[in-house]
Amino acid sequence: MSLLEQSATESLQLLRQGKLFAVELTQAHLDRISTADDKIGAFLRVDAEGALARATEIDRRRQAGESIGKLAGLPVAVKDVLCDSATRTTCASRMLENFRPPYDSTVVAKLKAADAVLIGRTNMDEFAMGGSTENSAFQLTRNPWDLERAPGGSSGGAAACVAGQMAPLSIGTDTGGSIRQPAGLCGVVGLKPTYGRVSRYGLVAFASSLDQVGPLAHSVEDAALLLEAIAGHDPLDATSLDQPVPTFTTTLHQPLEGLRLGIVREHFAEGLDNEVEKSVREAIGVYKSLGAEVKEISLPHSKYAVATYYVIAPSEASSNLARYDGVHYGHRTKRESDLVEMYCRTRAEAFGPEVKRRIMLGAYALSAGYYDAYYLKALKVRRLIRQDYDAAFEQVDLIAGPVTAEPAFKIGQMSDDPLSMYLVDLYTVSANLAGLPGISVPCGITSSGLPIGLQLQAAPLAEETLLRGAQMYQSQTDWHRHRPSDP
Amino acid sequence: MAISRDDVEKVALLARLELSEAEVVSLTTELAQIVAYVDQLAEVDTEDVEPMAHAVEVHNVFAEDIVEPSLPREQALANAPNQNGRGYLVPPVLGD
Amino acid sequence: MSQTYTTVIGLEVHVQLATQSKLFCRCSTQFGAEPNTQTCPVCIGMPGSLPVMNRQAYQLALKTAIAINCEIPAFTKWDRKQYFYPDLPKGYQISQFDLPMSQDGWLDISDPKNRFEPRRVGITRAHLEDDAGKSVHDEAHGRADSEIDLNRTGTPLLEIVSEPDMRSAAEAKAYMQELRLLLTHIGVSDCNMQEGSMRCDANVNLHIDTPDGKVATPIVEIKNMNSFRAVERAIEYEAERQHRAWLETSTKMGDVPKQTRGWDDTAGKTLPQRSKEDSSDYRYFPDPDLVPVLSTPEEVESVRAALGELPADIRKRLSDEHSLSAYDADVLVNQGRDVLQYFTAAAEASGDYKAACNWITQDIQRVLKEKDQSIDEFSISSAQLADLITAVAEGKLPKSRSKDAFELMHADSMEVAAAIEKLGIEQVDESALVGLCQELLDANPKIVADVQGGKQQAIGSLIGQAKKKNPNVDPGQFRRLCLDLIARQR
Ligand SMILES: [Mg+2]
Ligand SMILES: [Zn+2]
Repeated sequence: MSLLEQSATESLQLLRQGKLFAVELTQAHLDRISTADDKIGAFLRVDAEGALARATEIDRRRQAGESIGKLAGLPVAVKDVLCDSATRTTCASRMLENFRPPYDSTVVAKLKAADAVLIGRTNMDEFAMGGSTENSAFQLTRNPWDLERAPGGSSGGAAACVAGQMAPLSIGTDTGGSIRQPAGLCGVVGLKPTYGRVSRYGLVAFASSLDQVGPLAHSVEDAALLLEAIAGHDPLDATSLDQPVPTFTTTLHQPLEGLRLGIVREHFAEGLDNEVEKSVREAIGVYKSLGAEVKEISLPHSKYAVATYYVIAPSEASSNLARYDGVHYGHRTKRESDLVEMYCRTRAEAFGPEVKRRIMLGAYALSAGYYDAYYLKALKVRRLIRQDYDAAFEQVDLIAGPVTAEPAFKIGQMSDDPLSMYLVDLYTVSANLAGLPGISVPCGITSSGLPIGLQLQAAPLAEETLLRGAQMYQSQTDWHRHRPSDP
Repeated sequence: MAISRDDVEKVALLARLELSEAEVVSLTTELAQIVAYVDQLAEVDTEDVEPMAHAVEVHNVFAEDIVEPSLPREQALANAPNQNGRGYLVPPVLGD
Repeated sequence: MSQTYTTVIGLEVHVQLATQSKLFCRCSTQFGAEPNTQTCPVCIGMPGSLPVMNRQAYQLALKTAIAINCEIPAFTKWDRKQYFYPDLPKGYQISQFDLPMSQDGWLDISDPKNRFEPRRVGITRAHLEDDAGKSVHDEAHGRADSEIDLNRTGTPLLEIVSEPDMRSAAEAKAYMQELRLLLTHIGVSDCNMQEGSMRCDANVNLHIDTPDGKVATPIVEIKNMNSFRAVERAIEYEAERQHRAWLETSTKMGDVPKQTRGWDDTAGKTLPQRSKEDSSDYRYFPDPDLVPVLSTPEEVESVRAALGELPADIRKRLSDEHSLSAYDADVLVNQGRDVLQYFTAAAEASGDYKAACNWITQDIQRVLKEKDQSIDEFSISSAQLADLITAVAEGKLPKSRSKDAFELMHADSMEVAAAIEKLGIEQVDESALVGLCQELLDANPKIVADVQGGKQQAIGSLIGQAKKKNPNVDPGQFRRLCLDLIARQR
């Protein structure tokens, strides 16, 4: 099996056994990037030199028998939204085109401590606002399965670089589905942890109460490996959970005895693509065959999730993005006159249309006279959505369903229809609102050759159950082994 | 609640965004659309429901009062579009 | 036609809490550092940075809130107050909106000189928030850019909002002084108005009696008052200004939006300030990066218990238990914590509170003023003052010479004993003194006769002669002995 095809877990074994060198593995992925990425456009910046230097150093330390990190020698791509003092953090925005953070995000620091080889920074929707990566100020990212189609988003680069075999592991962020949706559309595994499981320190905020960092990989096993490395309590993030992190990789292969699997009635309503529905139902069949008890459940408020999300997320975003005012960092207009004009022009010049739209929406929802009707109302519905889940997880261990209603859509298909773009998040936003973990695993391929994703959700902090449940499925199927043909 | 051109202009100033005429027009329709969709929340009965501002509800998280080194000034100012080595420079601010 | 009016004043006081590090990051709060040398990603509001609340800042805020008799709700949270300003790098201040950490308190004020009746000023709320940076604008260069310094950004502030309960500039000043006395006493802030660790905005308007009932003038918020004197002058000026304005325009509350005026200390005027554009809509909402704080009645009680005796209690104790006049007690306590400690030590060691109070409020205060010293720089220790008081009480030092001894003690930092010796004071033993009295009486039969004729004061003329023969003669003792001798002669 080629270096690109083998899983990160397999590579790690070989690295440990000295049968593989970090430099070889890194070089193989760098070569792949140079042949494939000008067509796919997953990376905003690739650090070939730095990556090879780190890989060489790691090989040296391993041979010298020095202590070495958990991911030692594995290439990892990072979404360009997590601060790394070694490079710029642009959030795919003109606003931060030249921003060099003087500090490392906790996740990047943990990756460095684990001796991961950080090979490059992946493309995304500007400030993670979007579901297609078309909102990047710098470039399009194309779906490796069909270059005419979008990879999804906002972590489109993160999903595409794994699907395109340019990185075995990558880090994304998920505020309303931004890891699970592109993972589903690109046929890779993507996990959004429990809110607070992974530190947000150094993650450039979109919607602070919804943002979570998570892994993307080819297999559940690889996702578990990467999650283990980045999870854990962080005193620098007041919302980080002070809870022990299980060693997911050790329990991963233990099937869940007497698994109770919930199917959400509302998830199979109209609007769901037939091929997607078929694959998801087949996946549920696999669980049945493994002896799982399948129960139909209801999440009565889930139909309000998108509306709730599009009040809360833009409200927080309008506030989080107020700091980009051309004074302390980032873009500043050349046409400045008085202070207010300087602000208005700086922000008008450097924010893209979707970012402006959400800032406007959020500022409106929070402004005098509308707060109660929109923001406060949404916070209350949010609790009802959470209570639906609490009730559901009394009856079931995992909830299974589609990630998206349809497979990957054509680039440009929805760019002039914001609302329909927002509705793509239909099945994913609830997990962010409720703070619970969710995973997307490949579960089929359409007649037109596009991947289909199965979403599993678990109770807060039940990542171990989530991963073991997902592994049960992958142990029976090989959808996760399919790769797109070379672009 | 219908959203008017006036609302858009008022909010744009609040948010410090200079909008072109075209943007004002398109945002007025787009926001109206989205707000109309969001208005369905009104039908949910939220009587005696506590607002949920955080995804997980933790409380009393503190750091100890111990001074740690600050950034060297050059590093603090390094990303500023206009600075003089001592401070950030902006068009005149009147009063304090 | 001029009507009588009442000035109605409410104060919004911001005090910096005395923490080592900032409210949401670990940068130093030290005053006066070089611009932008005490900042980090968090207080610069850099992308990705997150705030974590300083435990000590919350504790000091809680202590203060309890000391000003506030209720402490079981649940409190922090909200974002949003507006654009270059000294506000995040684009919002982290403050408290609808659920502040404390509310419904009060502070009693009174005036030793009775310029106003004692009054209980209501406190609406006290909440914890972060401070902004500073914009330095060089007016000289007209349109030159402003320079922003973020060292102060993120310093913990307690905002204390009073009810509109004060009725004169003197009351407002007294409220500020009592607040500073209390806060410095419990050690939560140094309340230095010059350095800005205590700042005050005043809301002022008038209630005017007119033939057709009371009328309220528009409320004006006064800013930039950087001393207690300034608070007093600004409010006096503003009250008169509003009265004049009323006579000219008779504009009432509600006719015009609330206006902000700045105090110009050199001009001695309040001048209209252009307020920040549309700052009216702050779009408050709960800060998702910070979590709520819950507190139990037990915690609140333990903080209250640890507060100890507060200035108001001490005043009461001094007049009730140690028979100081209310005025003396007030003057003494108002000197602040250090003087009070000095007093207590001297009073307890000598057992004479009244004497200790007199020495401190008269002679010591005088010297400290002259030398512009603080009590702990003063050359006479509280123990030495106690010795001085005791020496007088035991007659080792005639009261008449005690000030001379005091001078020697603080000028040449002598012990009492040394000072007494330097003054050549030794106790004259009684028999020797009796001899001297007899001698002088024999030499002055006329005086003896006068005394016997009932003119006791005649003895006075002998005291001079006695002192010539022996400088240590205590006039009181000499008079007493002479009178005894004369009485025995008959
Ligand atoms: Mg305030
Ligand atoms: Zn700081």
